[in-house]
Amino acid sequence: MAERASWSLGAALRNVFGAKTIDEDTWDDLESALIRADFGPAVTEEIVDRIKAQVERYRTTDPRDVQRMLRELVEERLSKYDPTLKLTERPAVVLVVGVNGVGKTTTIGKFAKFLRNYGRSVVVGAADTFRAAAVDQLATWAERAGAEVVRPEREGQDPASVAFQTVEYAKRTGTEMVIIDTAGRLHTKGGLMDELGKIKRVVEKQAPISEVLLVLDATTGQNGLAQAEAFIRHGGVTGLVLTKLDGSAKGGFVIAVQEKTGLPIKLIGQGEGIGDLTGFTPHVFAQQLVG
Amino acid sequence: MATFGTLSDRLTETFKNLRTKGKLSAADVDGTVREIRRALLDADVSLDVVKSFTATVRERALGDEVNRALNPAQQVVQIVNEELVGILGGQQRRLQFAKNPPTVIMLAGLQGAGKTTLAGKLAKWLKKDGHTPMLVAADLQRPNAVNQLQVVGEQAGVQVFAPEPGNGVGDPVRVAKDAVAHAQRAQHDVVIIDTAGRLGVDAELMKQAANIRKATNPDEVLFVIDAMIGQDAVSTAKAFQEGVDFTGVVLSKLDGDARGGAALSVASVTGRPIIFASTGETLDDFEPFHPDRMASRILDLGDILTLIEQAQQAFDEEEALKVAEKLATEQFTLEDFLKQMQQLRGAGSLKKMLGMLPGAGGMKQQLENFDEREIVRTEAIIQSMTPAERRNPKLLNGSRRLRIAKGSGMTVTDVNQLVQRFEQAAKMMKTVARGGVPQVPGMGPIPGAGGYGGGKRQAAKAKKKSSGSRSGNPAKRAAENAALASGATPAGPGGASGSGFGLGGGAAAGAGAKGAPSEEELAALQKLLGR
Repeated sequence: MAERASWSLGAALRNVFGAKTIDEDTWDDLESALIRADFGPAVTEEIVDRIKAQVERYRTTDPRDVQRMLRELVEERLSKYDPTLKLTERPAVVLVVGVNGVGKTTTIGKFAKFLRNYGRSVVVGAADTFRAAAVDQLATWAERAGAEVVRPEREGQDPASVAFQTVEYAKRTGTEMVIIDTAGRLHTKGGLMDELGKIKRVVEKQAPISEVLLVLDATTGQNGLAQAEAFIRHGGVTGLVLTKLDGSAKGGFVIAVQEKTGLPIKLIGQGEGIGDLTGFTPHVFAQQLVG
Repeated sequence: MATFGTLSDRLTETFKNLRTKGKLSAADVDGTVREIRRALLDADVSLDVVKSFTATVRERALGDEVNRALNPAQQVVQIVNEELVGILGGQQRRLQFAKNPPTVIMLAGLQGAGKTTLAGKLAKWLKKDGHTPMLVAADLQRPNAVNQLQVVGEQAGVQVFAPEPGNGVGDPVRVAKDAVAHAQRAQHDVVIIDTAGRLGVDAELMKQAANIRKATNPDEVLFVIDAMIGQDAVSTAKAFQEGVDFTGVVLSKLDGDARGGAALSVASVTGRPIIFASTGETLDDFEPFHPDRMASRILDLGDILTLIEQAQQAFDEEEALKVAEKLATEQFTLEDFLKQMQQLRGAGSLKKMLGMLPGAGGMKQQLENFDEREIVRTEAIIQSMTPAERRNPKLLNGSRRLRIAKGSGMTVTDVNQLVQRFEQAAKMMKTVARGGVPQVPGMGPIPGAGGYGGGKRQAAKAKKKSSGSRSGNPAKRAAENAALASGATPAGPGGASGSGFGLGGGAAAGAGAKGAPSEEELAALQKLLGR
């Protein structure tokens, strides 16, 4: 395995926490580090102000206290929401949505495996009928995960009907989990967002949708917020999946996304292997992020 | 708090505050610079770039340059514009072709950046230019990436070289090498190599990319980057520069609402030019990147040049001259109107063209919601008329209108609206053709020379209103005419100091001074108008 750089903020913050005392530089460096981690100017300002206030209150001059405060603050802000997946329905229908190229299909493959590991039977629906070879890509993943796959009957079939057939299949065969892949769509395309609404309506005729997961790429910047808002409006998103955390991106924008939208992060993807998907634990995430 | 919104929205907002000032104090400049900084950060421009950018702008804004200017606010806009163009790479760069074909183009980038789709777009674009490109499936990592490339290749109508099935099987370096040899034999003059997506921190895969590069000695290595990427753009771009040393950048997914951050950062950090921009899902949504136009887009000054180019492509010049003549002699009929509409449809998406108008950033939503089928409906109505009726709409009495409505599957009200709008539009176009300033009915007069920005906004408003109703098209024509008419203004009176739409005026003046719309382009523009 190739050596991989850590995605923690640690390196950037070493200067801050390694210093002897807290001074103006500390705040500048802290601010820069947070902005570089895609926290965004607004959240960064808030965090820095909060820590500044705390430092004043406790009259500390030790930068390591700043580190601890930052970790606690991030954790506190992340753990305001409940990251548990609600999959108690049978079949439990999960719709996976997101913009192009964030890793929806890969996430579904990993998620199917994740559920299979708990002994659940899984069927995936290839409702991405738009992108070339997306169906095959999903089928390959499904095979690796040991899940069934429902393919469109013909090219360019209406995605909603594929979704419908998938749920139908699950009900017929008693499959416990249904995961539906959708085509990547930019959140600014009204027509495509409406299509998403349709998929949802059609599926709901068969069974209630347990989760709508929005996949966000950790390398995304502040645009992640705009994406989340649009998908909530049109797709009724219930949780977030953060992917590509194995790169150098920190995904700091999720704090803003969580708070602005009230949506919890539910899963995180950290690699291309089929096992590289885990549940989200605020404590661990904050620990990794801040170091 | 306006935390969202695109870079252009934010900057526009900032400049709005600035424009009302007669003279700039140091505090004003500081405030503006702070706003610019925030706007840029919100737009995901990398922190280092933001720091140096704001420092330069501040320095220049406080310098003599501004104090001597007539309208300091406009000057600041111009400074920001110039600096943006500077960072974005100044001149537009073209693809470098090899002296001895085949020209080898290698694509690299993160997962999900859009490499495979881009390969298809590039191939199609090159094919249109008379090349014989071949696609090479060297992404053997991602499940079914090879399949995807084959489908894309089929759509683009180009050959795909895929000796390995992919899904982790095969050696991409060998494939790439064989491909070049194959291309030589099969007389393909361009080879486009699609490689696997890789993370900047993955040393092993990075080495593989470097090996592909070494094995094929490409003429261009294009780094494909998602326009939505955040602060990580810098470290990723640096990693790829060190790993494979790309020669140019392609910005993908520019059709979203993330507009410029990544472009600015990558261009400024790596010093490599952005060559192409990818702006949609179909294989035709692909265009060469123009730094100056991108800067204007970021500043929401619109992308008039691209608009004109597209219009020129779509409108037959002779036809345009004929129409202009008809306009001047008041013989413009519904028949001509129909013909124009059909030409316009040939230009591609109306939405996209409208989006290039200055100030259009703010009405994205409306643009998205605008139903292009409106045009089809309008066409249907006109086509249900007899030639005599088309030539002379005054013939249309109640029973004729009823017949037309039935024939086109619309209601009489729709027909009435169309006729009414046509008359208004014709009147307006007559005025424009004679060199006057059009009055959009019910909108009040359009501010004089400053109408560059203003006219469009008003026309845009007119369009917005009508888009809900039957015919977006006459208004669209109006908008376009207004755009063309005012586009010609900078040649004449120049800026509009103190105008309510100073931003537009200032920018036009600025652009004129920099020679952005050259004499030639203006001439072409006027020809288009038939003046």
